[in-house]
Amino acid sequence: MNRTHKGLANNMSEANLSIKRYPGFFAVTLFCLFLLYAPLLVVMVYSFNDSVSITRWGGISLRWYYDVFNGAETAKFKTAAWNSISIAVLAAISSTTIATLAALGMIRSARWRGKSVSFALINLPLMVPEIVTAVATLIFFSAIGFRTGYASILIAHIVFCIPFAYLPIAARMQGIESIYEQVAMDLYATRAKAFTKILIPLLMPGIISGFLLAFIISLDDFIITNFVKGAGIETLPTAIFGAVKQGIKPNIMAISTLMLLVSVLLVCISYIVGRSGSITPKKE
Amino acid sequence: MKNRFTSTIVKASLATAFALTSTVANAEGSLSIYHWFEYIPQEVLDKFSEEHDVEVTMDTYDSNESMLATLKAGKLGSYDVAVPGDYMVEIMRNGGLLDSFEPAELSNFDNIMEQWVDVGFDPGRKHSIPYQWGSTSFSVNRDMYEGDINTTGILFEPPEELAGKINMLDSQGEVLALASMHLGIEQCNSNRDELKALNALLQEAKPKWASFNSDGAKDVLVSGDAAAGMIWNGFSAKARNEGANIEYVYPKEGLVVWMDNVVLLKDAPNRDNALKFMDFLLEPENIAAITNFAQYTAGVKGVNELLDADLIASPETNPPADAPAGSFVAVCDEETQKLYDQIWTNLKK
Amino acid sequence: MKSQSNSQQNNIVPANATFHNQKNKLLLPAWLVIGFFLVVPVLMMLVYSFLTKEFRGGVIWEFSLAAYDQFFFDRGLFGDEPAKIDWTYIKIYGRSALQALIATLLCLVIGFPTAYYIATRPVRSRPLWVFLITIPYWVNLLIRTVSMKFLIRDNGPLNTWLLQAGIIDQPIHLINTNLAVQLGLFYSYLPFMVLPIYASIERFDFSLSEAAADLYASRWTTLRQIILPMVKPGIIAGCILVFVPSLGAFLAPDLLGGAKNFMIGSLIEEQFKGNAGNWPFGAASSMILLIIVLLVLLIYARNESHAQGAR
Repeated sequence: MNRTHKGLANNMSEANLSIKRYPGFFAVTLFCLFLLYAPLLVVMVYSFNDSVSITRWGGISLRWYYDVFNGAETAKFKTAAWNSISIAVLAAISSTTIATLAALGMIRSARWRGKSVSFALINLPLMVPEIVTAVATLIFFSAIGFRTGYASILIAHIVFCIPFAYLPIAARMQGIESIYEQVAMDLYATRAKAFTKILIPLLMPGIISGFLLAFIISLDDFIITNFVKGAGIETLPTAIFGAVKQGIKPNIMAISTLMLLVSVLLVCISYIVGRSGSITPKKE
Repeated sequence: MKNRFTSTIVKASLATAFALTSTVANAEGSLSIYHWFEYIPQEVLDKFSEEHDVEVTMDTYDSNESMLATLKAGKLGSYDVAVPGDYMVEIMRNGGLLDSFEPAELSNFDNIMEQWVDVGFDPGRKHSIPYQWGSTSFSVNRDMYEGDINTTGILFEPPEELAGKINMLDSQGEVLALASMHLGIEQCNSNRDELKALNALLQEAKPKWASFNSDGAKDVLVSGDAAAGMIWNGFSAKARNEGANIEYVYPKEGLVVWMDNVVLLKDAPNRDNALKFMDFLLEPENIAAITNFAQYTAGVKGVNELLDADLIASPETNPPADAPAGSFVAVCDEETQKLYDQIWTNLKK
Repeated sequence: MKSQSNSQQNNIVPANATFHNQKNKLLLPAWLVIGFFLVVPVLMMLVYSFLTKEFRGGVIWEFSLAAYDQFFFDRGLFGDEPAKIDWTYIKIYGRSALQALIATLLCLVIGFPTAYYIATRPVRSRPLWVFLITIPYWVNLLIRTVSMKFLIRDNGPLNTWLLQAGIIDQPIHLINTNLAVQLGLFYSYLPFMVLPIYASIERFDFSLSEAAADLYASRWTTLRQIILPMVKPGIIAGCILVFVPSLGAFLAPDLLGGAKNFMIGSLIEEQFKGNAGNWPFGAASSMILLIIVLLVLLIYARNESHAQGAR
């Protein structure tokens, strides 16, 4: 992975770009992005709707944005957004960490009794229908006298985020030959060093994918959160579900648009920070 | 990459710090409400909070049954009051989930309208006070259908023009009650032939329905996706105010009436504040604010003068003189309920 | 993987199992967290499925097989006809599985080329593409689904646009159809397909494609015979992440499909939050789902580890 090797690989792939390219893949990607963003366009456009209905257009207005920041429910939504984001970040960090270690134990081990059971256990949160997890967890929490609140939401989120983080990381790890750690260890690096210095950087795309999936799944969860949250604690989904019972009002559209804005801002910041901060050469 | 991770970790620890400070719940001077989604304006809660120096927290639920499930799964003891519908009050009362109070404990008890004091689901109002009431029937878009609409046949034996353009509420109790009225049979029936007829009626009507949707019942009417839709009266009024040319129907076969009630929950952590809150909601001024918001009808004397003019005049709260009396959804015993559950499953399988 | 293909097959730990001896320590956090906070509650639900239903929600602590009986046997509306196999619930499961399968295939068909395209972008811009895929998911699922519904209405923007462009001459009726459900599921879970595939293609050494091309393999042969086998773990991970949650999903089916027919998710939801209030039946239904999915995954994991051992 020295520079010459990297340069060579780059030159080679540039010379043979056509080999890498598949006709139509770019079109599919554009189509995919179109599908992802088309409904959001509706959200954005209708956040500027002057009417109270989402199906009737009443002219352009900023009143819903004013309402978001100065309405009666401003405080509620602000706390809810903050709870949601902080829980999603914490749950994603914890579950990604747990999942990375678990993937290392699963993928970098030989066959052993109970390995497939362990695989099923890690993916169990995927398989239990959400409503069952919700009811069961609430019954369990109240049975052991665990007070429902921020902490109970966080724990429940960490649990169901684990497979979402695990699967991309494990898939990535399967594609990395163990020769890298082996060489490092042959050169007297400890296991921990081989893991943090060699494997983690190689795993990074998998870790980022797992982290992002865990993050968005936590950010979006309603059913489980609604059951295990304590009185008075709201996350964005529970607050939004609460507000749309009588039909979606444009203020929800405005809040959603603002969330998009926050996400785009975060991405830009991390891109700029990543650009100026990191000079670590990456593989390939 | 590294920087991004350090910054996330910093953010995470800030969040943890926030988490620790935000979970403080003060048992003194607080009130914990378990309420329907989107059914009480924040201003009313703030007013109560200010008048009585009580910290109010509110959790919301989306159906009577999901409230019951949450309470039964272990949340009983964390809320002071809830707002169940008529039949649910009876179920909760029978299930021992309610605390009782004496009329003397509420200084405004006498504000309750006479006809709402001795109700079947809570005789003498030992556990509950009226909150809002209304009716469940259906509305028809007059641009899309001009024929006679004064019959439940619009839903259950729809004319050709309406087939495939009908939205139903996704609510077992109300759909089956209205269908029973259409057939002219009793609710909580165990007569086999009549139940078979009910089952057959629904099976035949189903292909002519477009969807089951409760939350979107208003939107599908406003957008014109549905030409007719089962709906609650206040919800229909909102649809009309948003510009849909719809008419709320008082069908000759009958319609469902419902009443939501504020109940005192068993093991309420702040019983005194709960009673203060009930008393507060029996003040005409406060309950009128809620009525103006929800567009239903209060069960308290002296509210009428405080309502918005268009609400007083709205056709959804002023049935015509020849409208039939509505009836509550009946609470069946276990054996009978099983039959109705089976019919509902048959319908949705 | 390949470099050790012919290494030890006996009881000695192969050299590629670099963390074999540490596995228990590494897996412990996952086992503990899931074991305590999920397995225990799920076991409670398993017990519930064998208890007597309490009228209107809850359970009575008396053993009963009524929930499983209700699932598999039909005794007529009044419960007094001779028992015959009840296809009602089995059909609901089949229907949900079919919808989930189609949604998974849709995700794969769109997601694979997208992931591939992202993986062949310059290194620096790849994270941006990945974010581009996940940004829409900052908006709540409910809102996204409702907006989707708005788009595909009979007289919604999609139909208007297609009509104006002259592509169709009659509005496509999508809303409240199975296709709308599949579209909704597809839309709910697309990134769960793209990201794992991306994470695994990103590793792909494209000099292999070049080698294949040198041997006169066509692009598509290369894709099928070289690339696909290498990124199989990513594809499988993506399929699991889309298919399994789709099975129990109920928001997209309810809002876009019109909720006229139960899906697994809405059936179970109804038992806990609906009028039926039949917790043992809800528990039994989810245990049946859980067991089916668990078996499939166990068989997959077993084959996988056999394959791994055989190499």
